[in-house]
Amino acid sequence: MRNLRTMVGDVEEASAAAAAALRARAEAEGAVDVGYATVDSPFGPLLVAATRRGLVRLAYPDEAPEAALQAVASGVSPRVMESPRMTEEVRRELDEYFEGERHRFGFRVDWTLTRGFARRVLQATARIPYGRVTTYAQVAGRAGNPRAYRAAGNALGSNPIPIVVPCHRVLHSTGGLGGYTGGLYRKEFLLALEGAR
Amino acid sequence: MRQIPPFDAFLEAHRRTVYRFAAATVGREHADDVFQETFLAALRAYPRLRDASNLRAWVLTIATTKAVDHARGRARRPVPVADVPERAGPDPPEEDPAVWLAVAALPPKQRAAVVQRYVLDLPYRDVAIALGVSEEAARASAHEGRKKLRGMLEGPR
Repeated sequence: MRNLRTMVGDVEEASAAAAAALRARAEAEGAVDVGYATVDSPFGPLLVAATRRGLVRLAYPDEAPEAALQAVASGVSPRVMESPRMTEEVRRELDEYFEGERHRFGFRVDWTLTRGFARRVLQATARIPYGRVTTYAQVAGRAGNPRAYRAAGNALGSNPIPIVVPCHRVLHSTGGLGGYTGGLYRKEFLLALEGAR
Repeated sequence: MRQIPPFDAFLEAHRRTVYRFAAATVGREHADDVFQETFLAALRAYPRLRDASNLRAWVLTIATTKAVDHARGRARRPVPVADVPERAGPDPPEEDPAVWLAVAALPPKQRAAVVQRYVLDLPYRDVAIALGVSEEAARASAHEGRKKLRGMLEGPR
């Protein structure tokens, strides 16, 4: 048995090469439901994940990618693979956004990870134009319940697609910055980038 | 119940085991084929998985089927006994054609049992799952396979 074991040779390299070939083949066959990649940004590497329907998740660097991808596997589909091809448009447009060259994203959003009132809040948020800001109460109103500004705040706090779904453009009616799950310094950075403040 | 991990994580966790199994069962030349077929089948079946508690046994069940199919397919095509397969990659450190030929001469299911038990060090419970037989049958397969190998390699002197 010792001979048989050593005979197998360099499994590490050979299996890594085989896995890379498998990934390419899976992509080509359309068997990947969610493709992910990392995009560099002023905040560091962002994890982006896209389905055929659109961008479904964007995670800041403070989130462990394994946890973010597990949530996608459980909430969308477990057929999750790294895919430069499926994320190409998203990656390019995010680069352009951070360079100040792009004000509107051309790709679509996949809302699968949101539901109910939270989804309506986030969809209303997606319609806030670049460089403009609004309030929690107004967004709650556009989502159908003007008094539910706290629930709107919670929905925005759990936005699975920050930056692209621009929860950073939502402030307190007092004019105060409000909150930002990704850290207030990021909210300020994005607003300054967009020339909104 | 354990969550189903992202497929990429599952591939990364089990690629070495599956490759080692494929190489020891069908040889280095065909290991890539069995590897690809195994993980593509796993990918197609992945959304229907209900129980993530033993993914290694699950993927080796698939790998065993693919390796057995592969071995039987090749058995139908005449292959000279002295034919030592070419390596697709760099030569393994210690290649003993006699050992490989002896393993290749085992019936496919015994071959799979021997590799899983004695090369991958899997418990009999997992070998049984991969082969789709009882634990006693898995034990018997592995033991008989090893006995045959010894007989072929040590032989009458």
